[in-house]
Parts: sequence; C-alpha cells; structure tokens
Amino acid sequence: MTGLFFDVAHLLAGGLVLMSFALIYQDRLSSLINVFAAHATVLALAVAWQAYAQNAPHLYVTAFIALGFKAIIIPVALQRIIKRLGIHREIETVVGVGPTMLAGIGLVALSMVVMLRVTEEADRLAREDLAFALSVVLLGLLIMVTRRNAVSLIIGFMSLENGLVLAATGAKGMPLVVEISVAFSVLIAFIVIGVFLFRIRERFETIDVSALDRFREGRE
Amino acid sequence: MTLAHLDAVRLVLIIPAVAAAVLALLPGYRVSARVNSAAALATFLVAASLFYHRPPAGLYLQIDDLSVVFIVLGAFVGFTTSLFSGSYIAHEVETDRLTPVRLRFYHAMYQVLMFAMNLALASNNLGLMWVAIELATLTTVAMVGIYGTHEAIEAAWKYFILGSVGIALALFGTILVYVAAEPVIGQGLQSMVWTVVMTRAAAFDPALLNVAFVFLLLGYGTKVGLAPLHAWLPDAHAEGPTPISAVLSGLLLNVALYALLRFKMLLTANHAALAPGPLLVTMGLVSLIFAAFMLYRRRDIKRMFAYSSIEHMGIIAFAFGMGGPLANFAGLLHMTMHSLTKSGIFFVVGHIAQVKGSQRIADIRGLTVTHPLLGWSLVVGTMAIAGLPPFGIFSSEFLVVSSTFARAPLLAIPLVFGILVAFGALLLRVQGMAFGEPSPGNAPERASNLPMFAHFGLVLMAGLYFPPLMTTWFLHVARMLG
Repeated sequence: MTGLFFDVAHLLAGGLVLMSFALIYQDRLSSLINVFAAHATVLALAVAWQAYAQNAPHLYVTAFIALGFKAIIIPVALQRIIKRLGIHREIETVVGVGPTMLAGIGLVALSMVVMLRVTEEADRLAREDLAFALSVVLLGLLIMVTRRNAVSLIIGFMSLENGLVLAATGAKGMPLVVEISVAFSVLIAFIVIGVFLFRIRERFETIDVSALDRFREGRE
Repeated sequence: MTLAHLDAVRLVLIIPAVAAAVLALLPGYRVSARVNSAAALATFLVAASLFYHRPPAGLYLQIDDLSVVFIVLGAFVGFTTSLFSGSYIAHEVETDRLTPVRLRFYHAMYQVLMFAMNLALASNNLGLMWVAIELATLTTVAMVGIYGTHEAIEAAWKYFILGSVGIALALFGTILVYVAAEPVIGQGLQSMVWTVVMTRAAAFDPALLNVAFVFLLLGYGTKVGLAPLHAWLPDAHAEGPTPISAVLSGLLLNVALYALLRFKMLLTANHAALAPGPLLVTMGLVSLIFAAFMLYRRRDIKRMFAYSSIEHMGIIAFAFGMGGPLANFAGLLHMTMHSLTKSGIFFVVGHIAQVKGSQRIADIRGLTVTHPLLGWSLVVGTMAIAGLPPFGIFSSEFLVVSSTFARAPLLAIPLVFGILVAFGALLLRVQGMAFGEPSPGNAPERASNLPMFAHFGLVLMAGLYFPPLMTTWFLHVARMLG
C-alpha cells in the first residue's frame, strides 16, 4: 500500500492520537463527552478507510458500529445522564493538566519506541497503526487513572477501546474484528447502564469513585 | 444442524446455553435450582465423556489433553456448586435478601457463565477465547452485584473497571500475536487458530511475541488475580453470593490461567522469544508473599479465603513458571486440589455466614460447639488449604517445593516462607472461629452437605492415594506444557 492510501490512513490514525490528547485537557464533563464523540468519529473514518483500502467490506460494519454506537448513541445517553445528575461542574483531576499532558507525551514516545522497534518486519501501515493504537490505549489508561468521576472513567475506557479497534483493523485480514467490536459495545453498554442504574436507585450520593472507597473504609 | 453434528464438544456448549434460556423464562426458584443442577450434571457427564472420545479439532473448537482437564474439573465444580447453590438460595429467599426476579436472573447467569467458561476452554481460536473470557467477566460482574447493596455494587464496579482494563490489554496482546502470525501463516482465520499457530510458532517474529506476552500476562493475569493486579478479587469474593465466590475461585481463575498457559506454550515453541517462565515465577512469588501477609489483617471470612486464593494462584503460577515435567505436574495437581478445596471451603463458609447472620470473623466463635458439622468442616477445609497432610494440597505443595529445591534452591526459600506465613495466618483465624466460647446466632443449619463432603473427600483421597491413571494423564499433560 503506497501513496494516498497510506497517507490518509496515517493521517486518520494520527488524528485519533490527537483527539486522545484533546480528551486529557477537557475540564468539563459535557465537553469531554463531545470530544469523545469526535474521537469515535475519527475512529469510524479510519476504520472505513481501512475497509476501503484493504477491500474488506466487513470492516464497514465495525466503522458503522463506531459511528452509530460510540459517536452518537453513547454520547447522547451520557449527556442525558450528566444532565439528570446535575454534574456539569468541573472534573476533579488527581494530577493537573500540565503534568498529565507531559506524561501523555512520554507515553506516546514510549509506544513509538516499543512498537516501531519490534515490528520492523511487519507491513509498513500495520506498523504505524500499531504504534498509534498503543499510544491511544496508553493515553486511555492515563485518562482512567487521572480522573475520579465514573463518567470520565467510562470515557477513558472507551477511548482505550477505540485504540484497540484501530489496532485490530490495522492488522491486515484479522478475523473476528466485527465480533470483537460488538463484544466491546456490549461491555460498554453494560457499564453505561450500570452507572445509570446506580443513580436511579440512589445508591450513592455521587458517582465519584472515591466515594466508593469511603464505604469500604467504613467496613474494614 | 443435524444430529450428526452434535458431538460432545458442542453439547458442552449447547446444554448450558439452552439451560440459560430456559432458566431465564422459568418462574419459581425451587424448580430453577433443580433445572440448574440437572443442566450442570448433564454438562459434567458430557464433559467426562471427552476423556474417552474426542472429535477432531475444527477452526473454532477443539479439545486437547490440556483443555480436557480444565473442562472436566470445571464442569464438576460447576455441578457441585449448583447443588450447594440450591440450598443456599432457599435461605436467601426466606430472609428476603434476593427477590424472585433476581433469582431468575441469577440462575440464567449461572448457566451463561458455564457456557462462557466452556467456550473459553474449548476454543481453538485466539479471538474466540478472548470473547468467551470477556463474556465470563460480564456475567460474574452481574452476579457479584446481585444483592444491590452499597458494598456489592462497589465490588462489582471495581471488578468491572479492572476486569475491563485487563480484558482490553489482553486483546491488544492477542492482536500482536496475530500480527506476528500473519506473515508466516497468511491473512485470515488460519492465523488465529491455536492448532495452526502452535505448529508454526517457531517462525514468528520473537520481538513481537515478547511484547505480546507482556500485554497478555498483564491482561489475563488481572483475571487470574496475580498481585499487583488482584485488587478486584477480594471484594468480588466477599460481596457476591457465596456460590459465586466458589465458582470464581474454583473455576474462573483457572480459565484465565488456562489462557496464560496457552500463550506460554506459544512462546516456549519459539526458541528466540523471551522465556515466559521467570515472569510467571516473579508474579507468582509476589502474589504468594503479599497475600500471605494480607491474610493476617482480614476481618471478613470470605475476604480471608479470597486472599488465600491469591496465595494459591501465586503458587500455581510459580510452578508453571518453573516449567519442566515435574513442576508442571505439581502445578496441575495444585490447581486441581485448590479448585476442589477452595470451593468446598466456600460451601462451608456460605452456610456459616447464614447461620451466624454475619461474615465478620469477630462474630463467628465456637462453631464446633453450636454447629459441630460446619465447625469441623471448616477446620478440615482450612487444614487442607493450609497444606497439612494427609490432604491433596500437601502432596502438591510438597512437589512444588521439592522440585524447586532440586533446581533453584534460592527460589525455594521465599516460596517456603510464603507458604508458612499463610499457614500461620489461616490456623490463627480458624482457631478462633471454630473453638472457644460460642457467639450468638444459633439458627439451625439446613445445609446440603453432599457437595462439601464430595470435595473434601476427593482432596483427602488424592492425598492418600492418587490413581495411577490420573498420574499418567497429568504427567502426559505436564510434558505437553514444556
């Protein structure tokens, strides 16, 4: 694969990493959700491009799931949840935005060093896709550890999962990609419904995860 | 599908799947509990038949000498736990801790879990195995949170987040294995089929396999409960219904371990790749020693035995990490013995928590006076799990230690130290619970004791006389593991 095919794939995968960085510095929940919708849209474009470039029509299904489920349904549902919970306020981050961004840059550098070194023999596109995908995965983990709110945890996890879908579609001809993306969607739907149910039954005053720890300390 | 296609491997999957659908529709918990046990028994019988006759490996499903051990053990523990669950659930309904709707959900989920675990063990496909383990995680999350209390939801949430991250890392590792396999085997399904991948593994790019294994170890290691990725395990064991604690410790940890072993075999087949053993040995030792010390500080009985599971998974990972026929044999034996003993202990603990109305260790005293059968069972179970003769765990731990002494005496020191520390903690805690002045809470026990006797009986028998047929089988599998 050369020329335009490669450049566009490269651009879209790089765009996904950029969107992950954009997620890191969002300080309000509703804008975090909006940026995630953009994240998922970029993923859908990247997957659709791979489907076209690899001539693998089943990948269009994955792209469609990414667009319909992760870029539209989940963000809309999450917006409604936070509106109902009245938590448009700022996200408490454990670490400030500056250090988190620096850590993110470090993680991207790390994944480039690791992946580009071990995949020297692999296909050029798969190689770059894997390096970008690992960056997105690590940035997703970073978001998960630096945020306390349950909704931002979900966003972090979903961005991590977007990285995995990118890796799976970048690996040429990988079977079961559609099944795996469906399985992940079920998992995410479960999480979202779970968070929603917590609130409906008013189990917790907040869905802040540190409040969960308080229950535990009281017990042990 | 015609009847000719219904071989034993498919039946092991179809029975739980159909049973789950039936149980989801069936009202009335008494009938459900029986259907649940009947389905589990049928699954066990079909699984046992796999010892004698095995269909050839397909693109998606296969059974080999390694997986059959896990499947039969899993189906057996699944069956006995379903019997225990019947009597446990009746009590929970009477005390209004569970509503009929939740029970229907519970029984359906139980069979979905059996389906997912059998699918993971019988899969001949890296991707399918991953999907199955994810499904197993989801069902157990739902079951851990079934009581709907603060603590239960907290435990389920924690398990959910950590389990999902683990599963995600494992998928990245799986993708990397595919990327390594693709240039050698070619694009498409063949590159994800275990039987194909294993024969060509020597030609894979070793660097890629190394990175893949790190992700797989972190991912599936989270589900095995290896320290420092174990944080979900004690909460999930303590807050869910006790039958689920038994299934988690007895089965789910093994399934994740099975996945790790498969990938370990893959790396061993490639001589240029990193040796996976030392990584497993390190994580095993850290888990063992960490869990052994944590045992002293426990105030909750189910939480305590959950830490004991981490300790034993550490020993098992250590044994498989050492490798070689003898250590692998010891690891397999220890895994079998731990599954049987630990689920047996959870049967006892479930009934104890019900008669005392509490699972706090401080609230449980003098059991041998008020409930002799439960009290002595707890003593016997704890002796077995702590590794005292004549029980099976003594033999397997002895084998692990002696094979380590023969090959790497320095490694045996922390191993023995960890085992002894855990031994002390367990005996200390159980002494207080079993003997002394009885604490209030004298509800009569209405336990079904059969599952508990079956488990402890088997463990005792294995300690006294291990059938030569089983020995040859285990030795054969141990050689296969490399």
